[in-house]
Order: sequence, then C-alpha cells, then structure tokens
Amino acid sequence: MSEIIKVGMADLKTCVSPDGVITLGLGSCVGVALRDPTNKVGGLAHVMLPDSTAIKNSYQNVAKFADTGIVELVNQMEKLGAKRSRIVAKIAGGATMFNFQGRSDIVQVGERNVEAVKKKLKELSIPILAEDTGANYGRTVTFFPETGEFHIRAVGKPEEII
Amino acid sequence: MSDMSLETVSENYLDVLKEIGNIGAGNAMTALSQMLQCKVDMKVPQVKLLEFSDVGQIMGGEEQIMVGVFLGVEGDITGSMMFLIEQDSAKHLINKLMMGMAPEGEGFSEMELSALKEVGNIITGAYLNSLSTLTNLKIYPSPPELTVDMAGAILSVPAIQFGILGDNILLIQSQFFDEVEMDGFFILIPDLESYAKILSALGLPV
Repeated sequence: MSEIIKVGMADLKTCVSPDGVITLGLGSCVGVALRDPTNKVGGLAHVMLPDSTAIKNSYQNVAKFADTGIVELVNQMEKLGAKRSRIVAKIAGGATMFNFQGRSDIVQVGERNVEAVKKKLKELSIPILAEDTGANYGRTVTFFPETGEFHIRAVGKPEEII
Repeated sequence: MSDMSLETVSENYLDVLKEIGNIGAGNAMTALSQMLQCKVDMKVPQVKLLEFSDVGQIMGGEEQIMVGVFLGVEGDITGSMMFLIEQDSAKHLINKLMMGMAPEGEGFSEMELSALKEVGNIITGAYLNSLSTLTNLKIYPSPPELTVDMAGAILSVPAIQFGILGDNILLIQSQFFDEVEMDGFFILIPDLESYAKILSALGLPV
C-alpha cells in the first residue's frame, strides 16, 4: 500500500516510491519537490523564508528557510540512497496573497522565496524541470517520486500536473 | 529586543495579550452588532500560541476556505493585522448586512466582497482602537485587503512574519453567534521593535 506523507508549514519529508508527499495550502511559502529518477527517492520541503543567515536566533528549524531546508532535504535523500548528481527539482508556490499598499517587505516575500530557492538549487547544480510559482492564490501540492509528477490544486481551478 | 522570541515570552505577557484580545474582540463584536443592527454574543476569546504545523487545524484544516482581511498598522507601532473568518460564516454575515439579498451559491460577488471588506474594516478598526486606548499609543490602520482562499495559504502571510521571530504564531480565536455560531480569528503582527513599545506602554518589563 502506498502512502502520502504530509509535510507541514516550515517542514520537510522524504519518501520512496510508491509513496508520495503532500503539503496543503501553500501561500507565499514555496514547495520544493526533489527526486532522484533512478532510485525514485523523493522529498518535499515547505519553506517559509528566503535566508537563514538574515535572521538571528532562529536556527532551530532548518526546514523553515530556503537555503538550509533544501540542503537538509538533499542530505536526507542521500541517506535513502539518492545521488546528488541525479537529483532534479520542481517547485510551486510563492504567491502574493494580498496586494498590500506600502509594505513591499510583506508583498514580495513570495517572490523572494522563489528567488532564494532557485539560487540555492543552482548552487547545488540541481536543475528545475518545472515550476508553478507566483500569482495570487494558494496551492495544495502532491509529489510522486515514481513518475516525478507534481500535482497542483487551487481553489476554483482544475488540477494541474507539472 | 532583537533576540526576543515568542517561545520565551512570559505568562504575564500572554495574560496581557489575552486581556487585549478580550477587550479588542469585544469591541469588534459591538461594532459588528451595530452594523448588523442585531445582537451578537461572544464567548471569552482564546489566545493561542501555536506551532506553524498546528495552525491550519484550528481552522478546520489547511484547505478550509476562509476569508482573510489584512491591513497594515502605522503610528507609534508598526506591523500588520489579520482577521479570518470561515467562508460560510462570512456569507451569513453579508447576507444579514444585505438584508437577505445576497445571492446564493459558491464564491462571492464583487458587491459581497466589498461588503466583506467593510465588515473587516470595522472589526479590525474596533480591535485596534481598544489596543490604542489601552496602550495610549497612536495606531493607524491602512485600508484593508481581502482574499478568499485556503486557510493555509492565507495564514502563510502572518506565519512568515512570525517566522522571522520564531516557530510559533500567536492568534486570538473569538467565537461569536447571532442565530448561528461563527469563528473569527484575530492575528496581530507587530514588527520586532513594536513588541517592546506595546509591553512598556502596558507597564510591563521589556
């Protein structure tokens, strides 16, 4: 029996096919799905903030940040037999939930999260195969390492697969 | 104050927030009842310090469709504030406001959305007013923005602001009812340097 493992906000989980990983209601956070297509090890990180080094005294939870979260997810996948050189990525989220006058720090956080994720993936030489980012709505995402399919659901929209 | 985190705030501070929440939510409900011209009762609001992973559950799951009203706060303190209400409760409220003329069915019309924004404006305004009175600080809200989406997605906005401080989110759950029971959630998100101002304005050690 395959299982879908739930990933919370500021959380990350690995899985091995036929299992999948899901995170519900991504807003300005970004869902980073990684996969080793050869041994079908996968994982999903739900990152909230771009940069762990910009924040003092908040290192307890590495999954919260794009930079530390992605590294931790890769490490955990390697423990399950994934090879870093084979890992590929798909990303979703980073929405602007409110069009908020005058507080660009809040408005742009989704955008900055997406940028930070891309930067970190590039540093680790992990290619991004597909993305569904930005816009102004929430997303529920499910990732299946068996096929590499990333299912994206939003309110009032048909399910998309990237 | 840069090392302040919500995990370490004193019981004392939580009690004060509870009291602010109570008075704020009370004022908000009075304003709502005047707007709707009917009696609105409420239970004692609950102040909750939740881990990010538990925030969605309190609202009936991360995918529960909610209406979120979000506004900026300026003046002596800066930050933002959010009010959330479940979609069906929001429908009920605007139907009352529009004397039963609100259209049936899923989603909201432009007119309903603008009515909701006004409800959000009045509720959050009343809430901030009591905070301002209690602290003697000037607090000016900006015009509200509104969205209808999954609870998790809406909550990501305040959660990210709280994420800068720690791994918890502080919210106030207020249950109120006329003939139906509704759940509203208030989230006040002061910027880092404003926490100290609120505390010292209330006579608490910083």
